[in-house]
Amino acid sequence: MNFDLTEERQMLQDTLRRFLRDRYDTATRNKILESDSGMSTEIWAELAELGVIGALFTEEQGGFGGKGFDIAVVFEELGRAGVVEPFLDTAVLAGGLIADLGDDAQTAHVETIIGGGLQLAFAHGEPNSRYDLNRVNTSATVKGDEIVLNGRKAVVVNAEAADMLVVSARESGGEYDADGISLFLVPKDAKGLTIQGYALLAGGRAAEVTLDDVSVPASARLGDAGKAAPAIEARIAAANVAQTSETLGAMETACHLTKDYLGQRKQFGRPIGTFQALAHRMSDLLIEMEQARSSVILAAGNLESERAVRELNISGTKNLIGRAGRLVAEDSIQMHGGIAMTQEYELAHIAKRIVMADHRFGDVDHHLERFIDLTAA
Amino acid sequence: MDLSYSEEEKAFRAEVQTFLDEKLPKDLSEKVRTGGELGKADIERWQAILNDNGWLAPNWPKKFGGAEWNAVQKHIFEEEAALAHAPRTVPFGLSMLAPVLQKFGSQEQNDYWLPRILSGADWWCQGYSEPGAGSDLASLKCEAVRDGDHYIVNGQKTWTTLGQHANMIFCLVRTDKTVKQQEGISFLLIDMDTPGIEVRPIILLDGSPEVNEVWFTDVKVPVENLVGEENKGWTYAKYLLTHERTNIAGVGFSQAGLRAVKRIAKAEVANGKPLMQNPHFAARVAQVEIDLMAMSTTNLRIVSKAASGTAPGVESSMLKVKGTIIRQEINDLARRAAGVYAMPFASESLEGSNEALPDPLSAGPVAAQYFNNRKLSIFGGSNEIQRGIIAKVTMGS
Repeated sequence: MNFDLTEERQMLQDTLRRFLRDRYDTATRNKILESDSGMSTEIWAELAELGVIGALFTEEQGGFGGKGFDIAVVFEELGRAGVVEPFLDTAVLAGGLIADLGDDAQTAHVETIIGGGLQLAFAHGEPNSRYDLNRVNTSATVKGDEIVLNGRKAVVVNAEAADMLVVSARESGGEYDADGISLFLVPKDAKGLTIQGYALLAGGRAAEVTLDDVSVPASARLGDAGKAAPAIEARIAAANVAQTSETLGAMETACHLTKDYLGQRKQFGRPIGTFQALAHRMSDLLIEMEQARSSVILAAGNLESERAVRELNISGTKNLIGRAGRLVAEDSIQMHGGIAMTQEYELAHIAKRIVMADHRFGDVDHHLERFIDLTAA
Repeated sequence: MDLSYSEEEKAFRAEVQTFLDEKLPKDLSEKVRTGGELGKADIERWQAILNDNGWLAPNWPKKFGGAEWNAVQKHIFEEEAALAHAPRTVPFGLSMLAPVLQKFGSQEQNDYWLPRILSGADWWCQGYSEPGAGSDLASLKCEAVRDGDHYIVNGQKTWTTLGQHANMIFCLVRTDKTVKQQEGISFLLIDMDTPGIEVRPIILLDGSPEVNEVWFTDVKVPVENLVGEENKGWTYAKYLLTHERTNIAGVGFSQAGLRAVKRIAKAEVANGKPLMQNPHFAARVAQVEIDLMAMSTTNLRIVSKAASGTAPGVESSMLKVKGTIIRQEINDLARRAAGVYAMPFASESLEGSNEALPDPLSAGPVAAQYFNNRKLSIFGGSNEIQRGIIAKVTMGS
């Protein structure tokens, strides 16, 4: 057993932390949040240059990481700084699926992704699929040399900015079957593709994506027809390592801000942290932080394990981080008082990142039920 | 002990239902139902409708133009208004300032200000908190110095809810710095149009411009705007806070919120079935509903006791703590229920566009409401302050 980061990962962590501390303060981020695109292309390019995206792909794929702990290191730092740029969507989800399943022509995109030159989105969930990964109703019908896509995708993060979308669609099987789901690379200017965008509460943008007789060549299919479900599940597992690591980083920031505030803010002639009611509450948060960190280590360290072990740890961690995250976000706001309710204070954004993370890739309840199913099996 | 409603009470409920059915504008109830934002004009319109029926001020004695309802009548109205998605009235004039004036104000003050509250001529806001005086309200520094027929006010107030709509503010100001903090505070009524007042909006974490900072620089206030006696303001402030707290259980809000949760959870599909049929989610909803049923009764018990002459003391602190816990839990459930559709910033941003509104977004801005209502356990004396009061009163600690 060894809980230290490798030298390379330690260096990446230090570099990232320093860069984000210097270049991504509250005022900078608030400007990004108010912009129409909801992201900064300069920050994107600079982080790509620092190797943030390359660290999310394996050496065989053209990167220099790609393991659970690489993803965890990157996203913990992004979370600590409250970064809203869609690295998760472009690199871990859509880019990862291209790297995992693509043929030579398709995987040629990975180099551009790592260099920061491509924006991508994964259009998978649908209005009635909630957190169920296999529930796909969008249809893919072969017509001669072409494949025709029809359906609607819900809350597709980064769809407006994306140069290409990775779209899931059903080629066979029933609405809830794992079998029969395929993935397709769809360019953003494809005829019949409508993208209706909106801002997200915790930063960034998403869209409702409608596919109305969108026609793509057979060469747009990623991997084998109807066999994408296991790859999707594995990528969502990687996305959950990223998401829970990001949340852990954000929780660290929340606790750090709260501890500082308890020491500085005076009421009744003394720092409010000297009141036992608040001191004990802060202690509880710090205990939960240790639990959260261990849980993220379990998820990251098991990302390369066999499916049953991997998924059990992913669901356990997503559940625990959802619970601990809510506690940290709510109690941090409560212990601060009014100041934490204001948009210009750092904690406001951080708390929103933490809580809204529970709405991606399955919430606390979804993963509790999944954990029960996986342990019963 | 009798839990049934009397014939008079049943008749009153029918009267309230008829009134809401006939008089509540559909566009307003639709806004409330979907979590839309009510503007100043919306609130004024609804308050005028209530006033025409003599129901704008349920707590006020009849001699001041109030409805003078008893606890059960208020409870019935709250319940029916929540069911009908009626907007809430703005409490600052009606249920915060008015009771203070009626108890401690002069005849002239009551004659002048109370009718203006009912008619909507004045929109009041509250000048209590300051950047350095939150939970420790008595440490406030905004000062008023007597100068002939005027007070000269200098300082800053903060968290002034809906101050952007207000033309009047009631303030706690320091009038004596030489005595114990609580004994040097006075209660002043200040016209917001007086030179030297500046209102700056504070944007909250859900993006709403709901609260403000109010700055006072050499603001001249006529001495007749002092309520009661100089340096007795703390007594009046405590009286006001007690009134604020009897309403702060927010039973009506919670009932409406719980219905919204069920509506969302019936429409939301999880694993091929309505989310409301998911045992895990249904259990969460049931749990909070059981708590709410009990709290609604606690609220009735306490309000009845208050009506019979016993001033609510520690019980109002208990209601505040439990009431906000339940309301926040309901906000949390609404957010959970909406699933991925809780993530968009707000549905309104799409309503203005030419595109059709994606139907699942009709859950409304549930996550924004969840974040906004974190304030419930902070304002009006944080829940930690309330627990301190409960401990002090019941254990002398």
